[in-house]
Amino acid sequence: MKVSRNKKIKENVAKLLMWLSMAIVVVLVVSVVWTVFSKGAKAMSWDMVSKLPGGGFYIGKEGGFLNAIVGSLMIVGASTVLGLLVSIPVVLFLNVYLHKESRLAYVVRLAFDVLFGVPSIVYGAFGFTLMIWFGLRTSLLGGIIVITLLIIPIFVRTMDEASRNFPRGILDACLSLGATRWETLKVVVRQIAPGIATATLLSVGRAIGDAASVMFTAGYTDSIPTSLSQPAATLPLAVFFQLSSPIPEVVDRAYAAALVLTIIVLLISIAGRFITSHFSRHKV
Amino acid sequence: MNIRILKDRTARDIMLVLTLLSIVMVADIAIGLYLKSKPVLESESLWTLLFSSEWKPLKGRFGFLPFLMGTVWVTLLSITIALPISLLTAVFLTEYARPIIKKFVFPVLDILAALPSVIYGVWGVLVIVPWISKSVAPHFVDFSTGYTVLAAGIVLSVMVVPLLVSLFIEVFSSVPVELREASLSLGATRWQTALRVVMRKSLAGILASSVLAVSRAMGETIAVLMVCGCVVGLPHGLLDTCYPIPAVIANNYGEMLSIPLYESALMFAALMLFAVVLIFNLVSRVVLYRIEKQNE
Repeated sequence: MKVSRNKKIKENVAKLLMWLSMAIVVVLVVSVVWTVFSKGAKAMSWDMVSKLPGGGFYIGKEGGFLNAIVGSLMIVGASTVLGLLVSIPVVLFLNVYLHKESRLAYVVRLAFDVLFGVPSIVYGAFGFTLMIWFGLRTSLLGGIIVITLLIIPIFVRTMDEASRNFPRGILDACLSLGATRWETLKVVVRQIAPGIATATLLSVGRAIGDAASVMFTAGYTDSIPTSLSQPAATLPLAVFFQLSSPIPEVVDRAYAAALVLTIIVLLISIAGRFITSHFSRHKV
Repeated sequence: MNIRILKDRTARDIMLVLTLLSIVMVADIAIGLYLKSKPVLESESLWTLLFSSEWKPLKGRFGFLPFLMGTVWVTLLSITIALPISLLTAVFLTEYARPIIKKFVFPVLDILAALPSVIYGVWGVLVIVPWISKSVAPHFVDFSTGYTVLAAGIVLSVMVVPLLVSLFIEVFSSVPVELREASLSLGATRWQTALRVVMRKSLAGILASSVLAVSRAMGETIAVLMVCGCVVGLPHGLLDTCYPIPAVIANNYGEMLSIPLYESALMFAALMLFAVVLIFNLVSRVVLYRIEKQNE
């Protein structure tokens, strides 16, 4: 009898601890989001998101951080397009052209998992050496190159995960009708399209929030870049630089920028979930 | 007929080239960083670089020990905090939770994973740092600004939790249901089953996931940079300031161009980070792949 009571106590203690740790996780999320929203909402105004920094911006005078918003969107937009051009072929190759037990597929997946784990500061440092090699200064182009390198492993990993479980029977059916592998892609792409869309969104969310890599390569500026060779501001860096200012008005702008960044990332994350649950009509 | 096959072949070859090019990236990064860090490796021995704590870039003295120790302290602390929380959460979600709870907790974890590191930095500066400075530090030391190993560890642990939980859930789900049923039918409680069957069976996976999380924590830059204090020196306790390697690289990128050896030293720091992360990732991924394969 004693043993059974003992194990019941243990069971309940364990349950309590588990509820506790879940509660900690939830409280942390609420705390982070609440901090950003409450601080950011106070500092937020229409000027912040619609104006460039004015003359005395960094001593607390008028202006906003439109430069950072546009810079971030430019870099991430261009990198997303470039990244997709590389990663979609890689994912299709892995899943359609290579056999499931293929040695090459194993090595490729491992390589991308490793690249996925490489810290963004290392990408930044590597991108920086690349830029020196090519004689580039900190510029929009440099930012785009580094974010593209950073985003490709994320794309490949998430898309690969989404496409790995598509029914192989469909592929076999296509092939048995005489289609080449290239022609089966018409069918395969339709199956994995929602997965690719979600993967794209998730990766964009991660790329837009990355600061360490663009710090070296894109630089920072108060204007919107008009050519690839000009430096570009980015939202995470706008938060980072302004937060360290001793002037309260400037710090407030960091909070507002953090709020904008958080809202963008959360919207992207929600959109990703929505796509997965609503756009799977071609799925068998 | 021929054109169709030709199309297929061309497409395959292009895809193959793109795939191979991406793999070569791993080597490219290593080579690029190595070439850049060569000057400093030639001017000082590896031993001095790693184990000297003399950091005087202007005099050409580069001892990375303070930064290495900063990274070790912060990383270990963050894993120590994150591991039990993630383990218990993952066990709960796989072994106990009803679908309705999962529906609520998974999006929460998604948000945690999606937030950019600079946001965690802001949160650390606004919430954790003042809390340490006002409520924690006064019990132990006379004065602390709050920018400490402890702050960096806490912020990092929050960032690592979603990664750990999702990896653990994957590992736990690969344990066959039959094993759980056998254990439960013998009269074991659910906790006993979770502890002695599920967790014991997934020990390798738990270790691999933790190593992966360690390597993630080690490379985290901006959030840590914002709360760690950034004072060069060996940390002696949780309430000391620290200066982990990624923070050093990020903080000095502007001035490093004027002193050639300085740039080289920072690239060496990036190379170290890359090498450790590479090894950790390779080992843990290979283990996780094996587990995944058993699952199929």
